Amino acid sequence: MHRTKVKIAEDALDANTTIANANRADFDRHGVGVVNFMSAPGAGKTTLLEKALGGIDARVGVLEGDVQGSADADRLAALHLPVVQLNTDAGFGGECHLDANMVRSAIPDLPLAEIDLLVIENVGNLVCPAEFTVGEDARVMVSAVTEGEDKPLKYPLMFRTCELVLINKIDLLEHLDFDLDKFLYHLDAVHPGVEHMLISARSGEGIEGFRDWLQRVARRAPAAA
Amino acid sequence: MHELSLSSAIVATTLRHAEGRPVKSVQMRIGALRQVVPESLDFYFGIVTRGTLAEGAALEAEYVAARLRCEDCGRRWSPELPLFRCPGCGGAAVETLAGAEFEIDSIVVEEREEAETHA
Repeated sequence: MHRTKVKIAEDALDANTTIANANRADFDRHGVGVVNFMSAPGAGKTTLLEKALGGIDARVGVLEGDVQGSADADRLAALHLPVVQLNTDAGFGGECHLDANMVRSAIPDLPLAEIDLLVIENVGNLVCPAEFTVGEDARVMVSAVTEGEDKPLKYPLMFRTCELVLINKIDLLEHLDFDLDKFLYHLDAVHPGVEHMLISARSGEGIEGFRDWLQRVARRAPAAA
Repeated sequence: MHELSLSSAIVATTLRHAEGRPVKSVQMRIGALRQVVPESLDFYFGIVTRGTLAEGAALEAEYVAARLRCEDCGRRWSPELPLFRCPGCGGAAVETLAGAEFEIDSIVVEEREEAETHA
């Protein structure tokens, strides 16, 4: 018996990237812009979507990722737009993030021919989702003011991989010791010049800006083949 | 939990290239910007390989420090903290020269015994 060294020189996440590219091809074929929406648990993703998707000038579908349950999907279904729930504990071992394979499994259930924009609401988690692309056009994250000013320093990968950072729950600023300037300073240090918006799902401040941004992503997609 | 997902990805790629042969070790290059905790990765690698042809394989990881280059002034530096603005000119256009790797460089497998006689 002898041993052989096999040269591989491959990114260990190549398999996921390959599937993500296949997803992207499917989305492009139907002219659908795709947003991967991420944050820590409880930062306000679902509530922001409830506010921003109501009255949006685009046909929108949602792919809702959660470990368990359909609470978020149910809330968004009330907006009368197509919502597909993906539970990571139903056959995927309770994963803490969505990956390209999971998203691919949901594609047959998505009415891609009838929508311009797909919002993938990822599992609440600032670590793993950053590592796994799923075929999206844009990555957006939410950081609530209740999470503190150091978040960008603690989770640089997530803050760097997103092209838009929504700073949510600004209606609470008067009740908190949160230093917004310090947060913005840290954000700029980790992802210089990244686009960010101050927003409050509760008061409605900044929602129109986020809605406009989503509409631009919908128009970014190539025309349907 | 992050390292559990990453270990699964490493093992899947490893087994694909092992082509049915037992794996003795995996050589990787992991960049500091990937936020991988070495002890955690070793721990989960050991768990994920159980019951596979890579069971008991050693995970040999070379951790690569981050190295950045400013696209405006050309300055190169190795950031200690995750700070990405150029310390020289303050530019925001920064290229990552090293530190973002998550690569399987090679694996060592045990070859099957050759048959003494051929049919």
